[in-house]
Amino acid sequence: MAKTLFQKVWDAHSVRRLANGQTQLLIGTHLIHEVTSPQAFGMLRDLKLKVSMPHRTFATVDHIVPTDVFAEPYADPLADAMIKELRKSCQEFGITFFDRATGKQGVVHIVGPEQGITQPGTTIACGDSHTSTHGAFGALAFGIGTSQVRDVLATQTMALGELKVRRINVTGKLQPGVYAKDVILHIIRTLGVNGGTGFAYEYGGEVFDRMSMEERMTVCNMSIEGGARVGYVNPDQTTFDYLKGRPYSPKGAAWDAAVERWKSFASDADAKYDDVVTIRAEEIAPTVTWGINPAQGISINENIPTPAGAKDANEKASIEEALAYMKLEAGAPIKGTKIDVAFIGSCTNGRLSDFQEVAKYVKGRKVAPGVKAIVVPGSQVVQEICKGLGLDKIFSDAGFEWREAGCSMCLAMNPDKLVGDQLCASSSNRNFKGRQGSPTGRTVLMSPVMVAAAAITGRIADAREVFGVSKN
Amino acid sequence: MSLAKITQVSGRGVTVPGNDIDTDRIIPARFMKCVSFDGLGEFVFYDVRKDADGKDREHPLNDPRFRGATILISGVNFGCGSSREHAPQAIQKYGFRAIIAENFAEIFFGNSTTLGIPCVSASAEDIRKLSAAVEANPQTEIVVDVDAQQVRFGGQAIPVTIRSSARDALINGRWDAIGELIEGLPSVRQLATTLPYLAV
Ligand code: SF4
Repeated sequence: MAKTLFQKVWDAHSVRRLANGQTQLLIGTHLIHEVTSPQAFGMLRDLKLKVSMPHRTFATVDHIVPTDVFAEPYADPLADAMIKELRKSCQEFGITFFDRATGKQGVVHIVGPEQGITQPGTTIACGDSHTSTHGAFGALAFGIGTSQVRDVLATQTMALGELKVRRINVTGKLQPGVYAKDVILHIIRTLGVNGGTGFAYEYGGEVFDRMSMEERMTVCNMSIEGGARVGYVNPDQTTFDYLKGRPYSPKGAAWDAAVERWKSFASDADAKYDDVVTIRAEEIAPTVTWGINPAQGISINENIPTPAGAKDANEKASIEEALAYMKLEAGAPIKGTKIDVAFIGSCTNGRLSDFQEVAKYVKGRKVAPGVKAIVVPGSQVVQEICKGLGLDKIFSDAGFEWREAGCSMCLAMNPDKLVGDQLCASSSNRNFKGRQGSPTGRTVLMSPVMVAAAAITGRIADAREVFGVSKN
Repeated sequence: MSLAKITQVSGRGVTVPGNDIDTDRIIPARFMKCVSFDGLGEFVFYDVRKDADGKDREHPLNDPRFRGATILISGVNFGCGSSREHAPQAIQKYGFRAIIAENFAEIFFGNSTTLGIPCVSASAEDIRKLSAAVEANPQTEIVVDVDAQQVRFGGQAIPVTIRSSARDALINGRWDAIGELIEGLPSVRQLATTLPYLAV
């Protein structure tokens, strides 16, 4: 019978059915970081359990690391305790830790792929919701809570109910100046923040066929913002080309066998889906959020929604709450809104191609006076490559602060935070109240190139106009 | 590991109104700088409960009428966003034993179930009724009957739903899967041999 990738990978990793009807699912790759794992190691010790497959567990440190000064101990004693705790647990249980000194540290969802740990047809879990990123390789990648981190550490499995699969086709060709980030913001806007509840999202169609791995990761990353438990793209030649030669990729004869196996996991052409949604690429414009959840997005040339235009009382209340928090005017254009901070980075848009694309446009330009603009590479590896290409210099010449690898202002668990009600043009993935470290801080999500346009003009702008990209 | 059978939870309620209440709001990221969950309870909903100086703002959880409430009532898509278990942990450590909302975000729902916090869904209309009853009389005793999928209060009863796997896990005392997962370890090792990427 024809099957989807989801079903094939699920079946290959199903250990058994549990009494409550859920499946005990084998998790081939477990990624951990400092925020959600210390408590899990604590639980493990309390239960006198060992890590079941330390060789399939990989750690890094990302959320709390300062991105300006790296010297330990960290200025923040709580952050310092967290990194020490992780280091200790990794030693105790024999887990590979991509610590700063290895030169491979970075945001967990950037490290896994760039090391070749993330592979097609596998199951991945991490105590972090953006684990869905790894689905770009045709893996089932689950964000989990700390108790499940404990479960996976102890048994390399977790209990999970099977998901339905929604195929999302994006057909046609993206317009110039429209990026993967716009595709996912558009999808979330269309299907809603909880439209994906109970679903795995399978992304396909010409737009995805043409996308690079880094672009696919940007889209899969934000599946969780659409409520889906996982998101994935079927593996193809682009996937294999990306993985070839990476440190953890199979080598020699094992490589050929792996590619054959990986191909077999792709959804069959006649697979049945629980739902199918088709979106035309031409309809997607540069998209920005105006509210306090990622579905509250509009295209750059649209006006901010009004409570009167809401389709029901719930939506009306949400719009009112968002406008009050964002201090934006109903019905006004979003374009031209003044910004205070610009942030380029995160596991959504902190990869090499993001910085390369932005550097093309900021070269020879200057950040507007009064705007604080920071650029944070997603990993030490990205950092090094960018430096080798001279991108760090292009950014600093333009007035951006070039930082060290980490999550930084995506969630501001490190010193990088908004102050007061500053408004931040951000390439990250969440615009929740207080997300960027100030309880009244305001976040407007957009693609990295749009963030650059906002940094340079000091206002939310249409990057195509600012940078002279023809709209067609 | 023997766990309590959670067939019903009873207590007084408090409504935290709003839709899409995300886990960043339930527990702001800066309070996740910890290596244990102890002590998280006092920071639940911190940024909406407290002003910049740490003084109480107007918020249902600061209202003395609802002090000691153990059942949290809210709106649509409760617990969306980050997968942080810190959110249900903070809710539990604060003293809540059950949550009634229109619906829940997936990961939050799973995390809560694993901690033995039933998350039951009710219609918007029924939640309004329940909130009104609690508002009118904060002493109203609410019974969240997980087994019967019903919430009873002040002589009224409303139907609620909970995913069958979670209901089963709660009422049979197997909401924390670890024991069962460990039992399966021999089969796990067996299956692992069929997956080349797991080879040592
Ligand atoms: S970059 Fe942001 S979303 Fe990604 S893992 Fe770090 S904090 Fe989470």
